[in-house]
Amino acid sequence: MTNPKGRFGTHGGQYIPETLMNAVIELEEAYDRYKEDPEFQAELTELLNEYAGRPSRLYFAERMTNDLGGAKIYLKREDLNHTGAHKINNVLGQALLAKKMGKTRLIAETGAGQHGVATATAAALLGMECLVYMGVEDMERQALNVYRMRLLGAEVRGVETGTGTLKDAVSECMREWTSRIEDTHYCLGSVMGPHPFPTIVRDFQSVIGKEIREQLMEKEGRLPDMLIACVGGGSNAIGTFYDFIKDGSVELVGCEAAGRGIDTFETAATINTGKPGIFHGMKSYFCQNEYGQIAPVYSISAGLDYPGIGPEHAWLHDLGRAKYVAITDEEAVQAFEYLSRTEGIILAIESSHALAYAMKVAPKMPKDRIIVVTVSGRGDKDVAAIARYRGEDIHD
Amino acid sequence: MTEISDAFTKGKAFVAFVTCGDPDLETTKSVIRSLQDNGADLIELGIPFSDPTAEGPVIQAANTRALSGGVTTDSIFSMLEEMSGEIKVPMVFMTYANVVFSYGTERFVGRCKDVGIKGLILPDVPYEEREDFAPYCEKEGLSLISMVAPTSADRISMIAKHAKGFIYLVSSLGVTGTRSEITTDIGSITKIIRENSGTPVAVGFGISGPDQAKKMAVHTDGVIVGSAIVRIIEKYGRDAPVHVGEFTRSMKDAVKDL
Repeated sequence: MTNPKGRFGTHGGQYIPETLMNAVIELEEAYDRYKEDPEFQAELTELLNEYAGRPSRLYFAERMTNDLGGAKIYLKREDLNHTGAHKINNVLGQALLAKKMGKTRLIAETGAGQHGVATATAAALLGMECLVYMGVEDMERQALNVYRMRLLGAEVRGVETGTGTLKDAVSECMREWTSRIEDTHYCLGSVMGPHPFPTIVRDFQSVIGKEIREQLMEKEGRLPDMLIACVGGGSNAIGTFYDFIKDGSVELVGCEAAGRGIDTFETAATINTGKPGIFHGMKSYFCQNEYGQIAPVYSISAGLDYPGIGPEHAWLHDLGRAKYVAITDEEAVQAFEYLSRTEGIILAIESSHALAYAMKVAPKMPKDRIIVVTVSGRGDKDVAAIARYRGEDIHD
Repeated sequence: MTEISDAFTKGKAFVAFVTCGDPDLETTKSVIRSLQDNGADLIELGIPFSDPTAEGPVIQAANTRALSGGVTTDSIFSMLEEMSGEIKVPMVFMTYANVVFSYGTERFVGRCKDVGIKGLILPDVPYEEREDFAPYCEKEGLSLISMVAPTSADRISMIAKHAKGFIYLVSSLGVTGTRSEITTDIGSITKIIRENSGTPVAVGFGISGPDQAKKMAVHTDGVIVGSAIVRIIEKYGRDAPVHVGEFTRSMKDAVKDL
């Protein structure tokens, strides 16, 4: 799917300072070597299974299915992974790769804190130093995760520039990597940034879709009709979709954060409101003004609060192979509350965007149809914020 | 019309950077005049960007000040139209890929030509991605400036061979901003560049004053100073032009006869 320069259609590429070029070339060469190395793959599989708890469950949400009265709904339970989200799949892969490359230090950006926690975890496990950049706004929203990272031995540095959110944390990571390359790997958390990151992260996350195929085959003896996942940068979504891109009968739906609505300025729905651009190392779609200034996006979800989208998603959108819909804060919060009550599963507010779409479409689909929703993470981290959204002031 | 090459004919060159619209475009105009009057050989005009990933805190803050003041790509073009004929020193734009791309690269480069801009520096466009911009620049006679970094190693000759205008040698790892010490071996990098290209080499990132400028200029054809100038503008605001002028004079005096 990728050409040698890391292009997905017109998207992707390597729009980064010259200072970083040899670092990404070195990373690409190392990745090409280790991805074919049985010993590396065996080591990674061992970590994923024994440490992270893979394979994650594919759970039939029977009460939800009956309540909605349409398509059968399965939940891919990435929330059950160690550290509570899909992020660990990618991080264990990258950290192991970095270690093989002789790097001793990991740096990472984080929005909701899940990728930061996963990176801090892998660093602790593999005996590496760890520095996480997080927007000050997000540190406030996700205070619990900040403490978790520190508990794991990582340094968390607050980013005050710009909007103090995920995009600013990514910018700060790029700046940090430019100043210290020799011993440092930038453990990018999503399918974004310069080549080879979108490809590497996708490959490490594609375990999600591969498992869905096997598990559903076992349970239902067939492919799903629709896959739904939330999209910020888009790593759990591409991980869910990738193995099914070739199966034309499987509908792929990415759910973006509409925030307060795609007709307002308080949105982070990139495909629905953005236009083509070049930022953070890649050509893709970005929320921006007429002069190409990146827009200060908004979502209740710190993990989807990003003005861009991974280049492979941009391409799937161009091709019409995947569909990208916008889900508002209110719809996501309702889904968050709905799954808690109906299935006893408190899912992340990010994943709630995917669930909200399933709640819209399932009732309109025949009962013999199958939807798989990826529950990318668990929602413990969001409980206080949701309470505040509902007007109840509780402390973390 | 003056060309970029003219900047390197009066001894070692002093290349000055200023963020357009910091704190407003009238001040930028006066700063440009002051730079010209006090011996700057080449002027880099920064078009502010919301998320300048190659900049340190000083120039980041200048970008924020300029954007909050309402400056746009179009108002910067208008400022240059108003100054038409007045500035004899060659000028180039420094900005980020998205500013040019979103404007429409062909349209952007066309307007550059109209207002007398001679080149384009895009720090987030490395050699591998220059095809998005270089053909448009070539068509209108603009130079897309190539950058060489301390980490370029085996890439230096490839970059140098295709360089136009001048080569921007990045003095240190990291982002823009003044540094107390520069440890990169500028001499050996310049030597490899010279073996592959006759294009002049100017070194930038972290140069704060005349002594450091001298050290850097010995090995190269000129020095580029950004953050130190932006800091003067930050400190003096609308009264900055005279102070920028004094600084420029001291820097040009330090390097010209090396």
